[in-house]
Amino acid sequence: MSFALDLFSVVAVSGGALFYLAGTVGLLRFPDAYTRLHALTKADNVGMALVVIGLMPQVGGVLAGLKLVLVWLLVVFSSAAVSQLIARTARRRDART
Amino acid sequence: MRAVVSLVVVLLLLWLAVWTVVARDAFLAVAGFIAYGLLLSLVWVRLYGIDVALTEAAIGGGLTGALLLGAVGRLRGTEAAARSERPGVGTRVLAMALSLGVTAALVLCVLALPEPGPTLAPQVARELPATGVGNPITGVLLAFRALDTLLEAIVLVIALIGVWSLAPDRFWGGRPGMRHHADPDGVLAYFARVLPPIGIVVGVYLLWAGADHPGGKFQSATILAAMWMLVQMAGLADAPAVGNRLLRAGIVAGPLVFVAVGLLGLWTAGYFLGYPQGWAKPMIVAIEVALLPTLVLVLALLMSGAPARSAER
Repeated sequence: MSFALDLFSVVAVSGGALFYLAGTVGLLRFPDAYTRLHALTKADNVGMALVVIGLMPQVGGVLAGLKLVLVWLLVVFSSAAVSQLIARTARRRDART
Repeated sequence: MRAVVSLVVVLLLLWLAVWTVVARDAFLAVAGFIAYGLLLSLVWVRLYGIDVALTEAAIGGGLTGALLLGAVGRLRGTEAAARSERPGVGTRVLAMALSLGVTAALVLCVLALPEPGPTLAPQVARELPATGVGNPITGVLLAFRALDTLLEAIVLVIALIGVWSLAPDRFWGGRPGMRHHADPDGVLAYFARVLPPIGIVVGVYLLWAGADHPGGKFQSATILAAMWMLVQMAGLADAPAVGNRLLRAGIVAGPLVFVAVGLLGLWTAGYFLGYPQGWAKPMIVAIEVALLPTLVLVLALLMSGAPARSAER
């Protein structure tokens, strides 16, 4: 049982790392602020979710698990809000030039 | 495997440090500095220095980064002029020699350290139970080296007075910075309504947990100050007028309580900042709680800068 859980963790965290990698490649390769934001926020949110789900069987208790979920929700919330703000600033700057 | 990860992190840290130094654009240099601070806090986690990691992430990367970003914004206008004037060859060679000399001296000092390094850790571990706190960092900061922490708090207040004194005469006692306006139904206003309740709980938790676990007033104050700044940036509240008496009382309250506890020690324990037998932990908690509002106000007002408009709305 513990082997299966470990395997699950490794697969999920590796999958999460893959999404992070894809998001970073998008950030480096895409042509403008909007597409870069698109790549980064979408891929990183999935990557974060997979990492948190993968770590879930490894934490020693419900409370620690809930803390992980809280961290996850806070990161998703702030990245969603901040990406909106960055996109708005970029649009305002583009409208000026 | 662990060695490989450590090596990668160290190389990344060095590369980021060099990149930050050579970056020509001030904004890019600050962005590099913030990333450097966050990476450095990961290094502290790997070295089991959780308290230092928290402080580095909150103050080193977060607060200092935000202060530097504010400075970059203010320097925007003069940056092109500053970049166009290049120092002469002699100056640059001298600067390079000086930096290399300092680096070499530091390397020599580190290499000359005795093995194992001199440490007071066993003494701290032996005496810690007498203070009643479980976190050795808190024990050192507020019992064994309480004087340092007291002076640190006073220095912060003096720094704030220094920033305030940059105000033009007609705005003295007024409100710092610009009044922020944001769409009241927009993303930022929503963010600033949802996040602070969570942030306040996390901040207070960090303060309370600091007695026995990693955490403490500085990390807690940074989070609370950040929440306050967020509310101000979203236009939900205005920055306070620095002439406000209640505000000034809050700023000096922490150091005053600290000094009062110190004088009490003179009377009960026989020396300044001594704690009477069995009373160390309540005293330490009282100082931490009293310093929290001071630190929150000072850190947030340092971010806001000098008064730049009158106290009226």
